[in-house]
Amino acid sequence: MDLVYIAHIGVILFTFFMLLNSAAVLVLMERKVAAFLQQRLGPNRTGPWGTLQPVADILKLLFKEELRPLAADRWLFALAPILSVTAAFSAFAVVPWGGTTTLFGLLPEPVPLRVADVNVGILVLFAITSMGIYGIVLAGWSSNSKYSLLGGLRSSAQMISYELSYGLALGAVLLLGNSLSLTDIVNQQSGYWFGVIPRWFIFIQPLGFVIYMIAGIAETNRAPFDFPEAEQELVAGYHTEYSSFRFALFFLAEYVNMVTVSAVATTLFLGGWHGPFLPEWLGWLWWLAKLFALLFFYIWMRWTLPRYRYDQLMHFGWKVLLPVAVINLLLTAAAVLYWG
Amino acid sequence: MGQIRTETMTVNMGPQHPSTHGVLRLVLELDGENVVSASTTIGYLHTGIEKTAEQKKWQQVIPLVERMDYLSAQSNSLAFVTSVEKLLGLDLPDRVKWIRVLLAELQRINSHLVWLGTHVMDLGAVSVMLYCFRERELLLNINEMIAGFRMFPSYIRVGGLREDLPAEFHETVRAFLDRMPEKLADYERLLTKNQIFRKRTHGVGYISKEDAVAWGLVGPIARSSGVQYDVRRAFPYLVYDKIDFEVPVRTEGDVYARYLLRLVEMRESLKICRQALDRITPRGEWAVDDPRITPPPKDKVYTEMEALIQHFLIYSQGFTVPAGEAAVPIEGPRGEQAFYVVSDGSNRPWRVKSRGPSFFACQAMPTYLIGALIADVVAIIGSTDIVLGDVDR
Repeated sequence: MDLVYIAHIGVILFTFFMLLNSAAVLVLMERKVAAFLQQRLGPNRTGPWGTLQPVADILKLLFKEELRPLAADRWLFALAPILSVTAAFSAFAVVPWGGTTTLFGLLPEPVPLRVADVNVGILVLFAITSMGIYGIVLAGWSSNSKYSLLGGLRSSAQMISYELSYGLALGAVLLLGNSLSLTDIVNQQSGYWFGVIPRWFIFIQPLGFVIYMIAGIAETNRAPFDFPEAEQELVAGYHTEYSSFRFALFFLAEYVNMVTVSAVATTLFLGGWHGPFLPEWLGWLWWLAKLFALLFFYIWMRWTLPRYRYDQLMHFGWKVLLPVAVINLLLTAAAVLYWG
Repeated sequence: MGQIRTETMTVNMGPQHPSTHGVLRLVLELDGENVVSASTTIGYLHTGIEKTAEQKKWQQVIPLVERMDYLSAQSNSLAFVTSVEKLLGLDLPDRVKWIRVLLAELQRINSHLVWLGTHVMDLGAVSVMLYCFRERELLLNINEMIAGFRMFPSYIRVGGLREDLPAEFHETVRAFLDRMPEKLADYERLLTKNQIFRKRTHGVGYISKEDAVAWGLVGPIARSSGVQYDVRRAFPYLVYDKIDFEVPVRTEGDVYARYLLRLVEMRESLKICRQALDRITPRGEWAVDDPRITPPPKDKVYTEMEALIQHFLIYSQGFTVPAGEAAVPIEGPRGEQAFYVVSDGSNRPWRVKSRGPSFFACQAMPTYLIGALIADVVAIIGSTDIVLGDVDR
């Protein structure tokens, strides 16, 4: 077994591990940012600056009793959170998070910093993220509880109204990049226009980026589109009946989904690991900075805006977002045809 | 394809639900997410305060009634005390009246702040709740200052006030009054023009003027449907006839109208507070000069026998109220509220009956809920600003 092979496996394990960690970091970040927005202190008892709060949260959840309603569908009830979290994690597989590394010359050839470079990466991403919704729908249905069912219904209604625009926004980038591989698309965004403006797709696809972000918030069930779990309306929506580790899985899935959606946005619109000032091998710092800027935006939205109503999201999705996305796609296609 | 058989789903919302503002229970019949029928069940917060009041001396009833509508304690005590004072035939010093006006209006702002925070939180904007509670904290501090108790100060007593205003009262209230308009503008910036907020509230939970009158709705809900009725204007009590203020009325009758109306009410309350604060002297009379009701000052109790006896009588058996009945309405934060008080001439009330505005808002609930979506249900409940302590008593 050669070193490069081991390094590949190392990168995969590292990605998985960091994704888990990112959920923990996000939990802390969410609490702290929310606290600052609300003029509170946020967690500050667990470790310095509350940094151990995610650990405390996880431990608390693990020590809870695992409850399952008698009337629930036993197997589907157990399957739903697993499905959710699996989809969340595997979607990240096609996202590159850095250039290549030789680990300071230890390795004979450079190892790319990603799990897999699939040549149809965007399609894989699509297929897997759409799977995540099954977890929610199944959770809602199998709990055999009315509020859960309503949450599940809402999430399917929500999915069909944003997924099309989501796809069309990505389609425009795909036309520009002329490739389905995310690594290829990132590499096309290196360099500068006129020597100053980074060649990021956000500058030629601003509309696409906005559509993607809106659809992305809906995709991750975050406020202002958090209908499936709308606390004030449906108690806790699809995970009303879940507790302990199964609930933790849903929780984890939500945060990992946030990371994935932001990471894809970084990759497709913000030039991935490319950025000024830093050498190529430190590109992952740029990637992290962009990722967390987007995640901060997510959290900011959540604690500022009221919630939409789910029929209003459907109106918005079909009557505003979709037409705009179609026009954006057509314009991009025409421009690509014209200028080649 | 043949007809698909559909059936409605009955959902029990509450009494333990995040958005029922206490322990209201709604049984909703849903077609998808549309409410087909709704019925309210109350009584989960029944405390028997009205009955308990019959075993208490007149002055002792005040802490009890303050706990009915726990978000507007001083309005409750004001309503109760006003009725009792009518039976007693007391004529209060002007200063006491102005202080009571000030306290009642501060209480209105206090209650509206809680309403705004919780209502908007039901719509998903959680942060606004904390901003509102930040300002409410200042009001609670004022309560703590005057009476040592933040939620239920029991500062308004039969015959006047508990004691004179504390030192630095004026400065504290003035600081609050100066700070508040800016903060109100902040809330408005976050909400009034917010597209999501407008979409969620515009045209939702409509109730017509006729329905509002027929259901006996009062206060902001009625006024946002075009009913021009405010007790402060219609039947001025205390010194409201000498105060310059507007009674906002809107005609849309939806959740958004109620929101806008209450914000204007807060501004008007600030205006009233400023006028009242200018009229209140830092030191002065704080109760009627009536030895039956007001205990003699402490230095006299220690030096004069008659004063000692009087003090003992007031604190042991209380005062008696001439037989009769009275109910003087006042305008609380939720609308007209009154205590129907019956006395048989003894030192305890024979009957205390509260006419709480929340109860009527609650009984009209099906009218504005039917046809709404679940998401609207929480918006509507929030906009009615019911307090279950006032409904169940």
